[in-house]
Amino acid sequence: MSLLKVRGLTKKFGGLVAVGDVSFDLARGEFLALIGPNGAGKTTCFNMIGGYLRPDRGSVRLEGRDIVGLPPRRIWRMGVGRTFQITETFRSMTVRENVQMALISHHRRSFDMVSAAAKLYVAEADALLADTGMEAHAGRPCSELAYGDLKRLELAIAMAHKPRLLLMDEPTAGMAPSERVALMALTAGIVAREGLSVIFTEHDMDVVFAHAHRILVLNRGRLIAEGTGDEIRADATVREVYLGGGAIRARDEADHA
Amino acid sequence: MLEVTDLHARYGGAHILGGVKLTVAGGEVVALLGRNGAGKTTTIKSIMGLVRQISGSVRYEGRELLGRPPHVICRAGIGYVPEERRIFADLTVAENLEVGRRPTREGAPHWSVAHLYELFPNLAERRRNQGKQLSGGEQQMLTIARTLMGNPRLVLLDEPSEGIAPVIVEQMARVIAELKREGLSVLLSEQNLHFARLVSDRAYIIETGQVRYEGDFADLDARPEVSEQFLAV
Amino acid sequence: MSFYFAQLLTGLANASSLFLIACGLSIIFGVTRIVNFAHGSLFMLGAYIAYSVVTRLDAGVFGFWFGMLAAALAVGLVGLAMEFLILRRLYRAPELFQLVATFGLVLVIQDVALAIWGAADLLGPRAPGLARAVRIFGEPIPQYDLALIGIGPLVLAGIWLLFHRTRWGILVRAATQDRDMVGALGVNQNWLFSAAFFLGAALAGLGGALQIPREAVSLQMDLNVIAEAFVVVVIGGMGSVAGAFVAAVLISVLNAFAVLVFPQISIVLPFVVMAVVLVLRPHGLFGKPGSGHGAPGEPEAPLRHMSGRGRMALAALVLAMLASPAVAGDFTLILLVDLLVAMLFAASLHFLMGVGGMVSFGHAAFFGIGAYGAALAVKTLGLGMGGAMLAGPLAGALGALVFGWFCVRLSGVYLAMLTLAAAQIVWGITFQWQDVTGGDDGILGVWPAPWASSDTAYFYLAAAICLGGIWALRRVVHSPFGYLLRGGRDSPVRAEAIGLDLRRHQWAGFTLAGTLAGLAGTVFAFSKGSVFPDVLGIAQSVDGLIMVLLGGIHALAGPLLGAGVFVLIEDWVSRLDFWRFIFGAIILAVVLLAPDGLAGGLERLRRLLRRTTGGGAAR
Repeated sequence: MSLLKVRGLTKKFGGLVAVGDVSFDLARGEFLALIGPNGAGKTTCFNMIGGYLRPDRGSVRLEGRDIVGLPPRRIWRMGVGRTFQITETFRSMTVRENVQMALISHHRRSFDMVSAAAKLYVAEADALLADTGMEAHAGRPCSELAYGDLKRLELAIAMAHKPRLLLMDEPTAGMAPSERVALMALTAGIVAREGLSVIFTEHDMDVVFAHAHRILVLNRGRLIAEGTGDEIRADATVREVYLGGGAIRARDEADHA
Repeated sequence: MLEVTDLHARYGGAHILGGVKLTVAGGEVVALLGRNGAGKTTTIKSIMGLVRQISGSVRYEGRELLGRPPHVICRAGIGYVPEERRIFADLTVAENLEVGRRPTREGAPHWSVAHLYELFPNLAERRRNQGKQLSGGEQQMLTIARTLMGNPRLVLLDEPSEGIAPVIVEQMARVIAELKREGLSVLLSEQNLHFARLVSDRAYIIETGQVRYEGDFADLDARPEVSEQFLAV
Repeated sequence: MSFYFAQLLTGLANASSLFLIACGLSIIFGVTRIVNFAHGSLFMLGAYIAYSVVTRLDAGVFGFWFGMLAAALAVGLVGLAMEFLILRRLYRAPELFQLVATFGLVLVIQDVALAIWGAADLLGPRAPGLARAVRIFGEPIPQYDLALIGIGPLVLAGIWLLFHRTRWGILVRAATQDRDMVGALGVNQNWLFSAAFFLGAALAGLGGALQIPREAVSLQMDLNVIAEAFVVVVIGGMGSVAGAFVAAVLISVLNAFAVLVFPQISIVLPFVVMAVVLVLRPHGLFGKPGSGHGAPGEPEAPLRHMSGRGRMALAALVLAMLASPAVAGDFTLILLVDLLVAMLFAASLHFLMGVGGMVSFGHAAFFGIGAYGAALAVKTLGLGMGGAMLAGPLAGALGALVFGWFCVRLSGVYLAMLTLAAAQIVWGITFQWQDVTGGDDGILGVWPAPWASSDTAYFYLAAAICLGGIWALRRVVHSPFGYLLRGGRDSPVRAEAIGLDLRRHQWAGFTLAGTLAGLAGTVFAFSKGSVFPDVLGIAQSVDGLIMVLLGGIHALAGPLLGAGVFVLIEDWVSRLDFWRFIFGAIILAVVLLAPDGLAGGLERLRRLLRRTTGGGAAR
């Protein structure tokens, strides 16, 4: 049985169809990439699945249960983790405390007014940080971290409640090539070990073709292609609207020639 | 024309720029390459006077501009096109242009509203529309037109190809070529190496707040390890 | 029928003067993002200056209207001076500084007006040529009201033309959306800001001047009008002139009819309307989220438990305080109780603002509810001190629970305004509901139980309660709840993404802060033996803000330090003549010279000293 079933997802902003009638399934353990030009509706799609945006039409079923209309926090409790295109962390806390907060929330102790928060779930937090290679930074203020480290911290936070599904919005945006590969390899390792499913959006085709089991291509809110890396690379429409062949988008050509 | 030396910038507690050095000659299009967070936008904003904790030197036509407020820097002849476009959403296209209007400047091409509407026909059609009613590409054109209304001699373009459709990227390339033809100098920050190669004469690569490479594109292409190391290629 | 029409006209006449002051406030906020508390003072100055000019000239038609314009112009110049000398230095400061600075100006202008025009109310002349009433549908309508009804829309039209047909107006509208971008396009923002201040102040001055035929000129005009002006601006949407007009008409007309049904409602009605509007439209009728302003704050350092040395210093301070009855006189003990109350009050406000990120302009509401709760428990319910000391904080909690439900739906300036509204509603009810609260006469005879009635005994009781409250707050700050509340302040998006219902947390935090403020109010009530509506007033709320600000918002110890310094200064200054002026000047000096609070200022001084003495320190 598939973990996630998306059917007829539609969202309009004003007259503009941001996402139109998008349907797909996601299997357990699957690593699914959502690609397309800017403004194609990737983030809108993401936000509807995560509960940040209410679709005009369509359904999103997580293990058979419709999650449309639930707030993000409820969807999180059902086992959906999330990282953001622009990292969202608690700046006034240390790296470890950021992870501890997710653990505290997961263990439903957010209204505990008596315990000392800094002493809770330290071991679990450190284990999660170790998983993402962040253990050396555990005691540092989050506001001092480099961008790539923030992305890794977000991954550690997102793993805190042992999600079944991870939504990653442009996980490698703004990172150096070597960092990108490392982060996605790390993510792929975690995915394989924990057996969770991932949907991610990404502009770096190297990352997409290297890790995605399956690729969905969006253009102007519509799903225009779906398939493995090779199928997508060979798809004439996708080449035309996204991968391109012109001077400006030459790099994908060159890289995969 | 523009000479930046030993430019340092801090933002909050973090040291973003650590001694950037670059020059732009008259009539030249120069690209500032680097990945996100490398310091491109901060460099541009620092030149424009929009970063407060800075030190070093920004000389423009022999005049020190570091520490001067943005409006003085603009009046000296430097136009700024921000990455996020930042058009005035509630003002009409015509009003947006009016905000940018400055007197004519000696040694710089004069841009009238009519001339700009010729260059950007879409804007002419939508002159009475509010900024927020424009598409992303039209907004991008408006932000450039608005800056040109100040009759600058040097234009700072922050990530002109970011977040817009490929068709608009191509139009953007044509606009930059037009600016060069008019005799303007351009300093643009860019992540897309191919776009930068298409429009600029020369490039700097910036990484962790310092210039790591400078040269022309032929040289850069001959050294793939450089772009490999510093750019998302 | 005709009676209702007359009532409508009265409402519209009131709307005009309300619009004049509110639209000036809105313009200033739109361009400079400063919430100008001193706008009411400008309104009051307009009335005083117009009074002086009109009574000095012979009161012909020309003299009267010349006086109006002269007052507007003069007040515009005062506004310009305010902007140029003080506020210009604060544009990059956090909004709280600007607010407190403008409150310093309120105090200064109060005493300047007192020195020039004296304390007695002044009755202005009627408008020549408009002194009679005309009959419309048989009801007498003052001609002057009709003139006012005309002036409002006229000014609105004038401003619309100014904003849409002149380059300056276009620049102002652009700056309202993104002032830094306007600067980068070559516009000198300083000029724009000065001009906006001049225009806004002149409109307030005109509004005040036009009031002199209708009401006596008094020193209470400033704070009386400012709360209502805030309400109008917020209902209309901050920065929207048309919104201010619609809101002014809405409030004034509603009010004109509501008083027919329920005469006491006029003090409370605007605030109730505002609460309803904000809950339905969080940015007012015509408002927009708007661009950010001020500097992005320095990242705050993670919380640490106090070092061993810090703990020892704190313990020594507390011990010294507890030992003071052995040496100090009764008067000092009373002062120390004031200090303890102020510390708890400031700590609770700091918890709300510094930890929770919810800036409150009306925290006095819960202090006052606590004080009245305790007093009523003694007087009406006949409870003893013990019962009353439970009733006070409980009342504070209840009040915060009710108002917090509304407040946590908003953020930023709108949240702050709604808290102000909450405080004014409570103040209005207390003031009007004579049978229960004694109105202006307050409630007297709220004395502690016999065992606690000596100054020393009550001091120990107050110390136990207040220090206990502060200790409990600290504990909460370090608890998961406190951490997550702070996390929600840092990043609401992240808070939601780790499964947190942030609104419920904020609501709980709001209630906790209200409870402790109520506790402080309770201790206060018993120390004074009486309660008056002042404890709920704007001034009390601003006192709390000043204490937090003085101490520095980022340090947990900040509010304690701030409260200490505040109480000592107040104790010294309030014995002097023109204490408001001196106090206002001190506030301005602190805001200008120590923008990160005393704790921050001391820290900088320490670093500076270390650097200049050179020697060992590496950095």
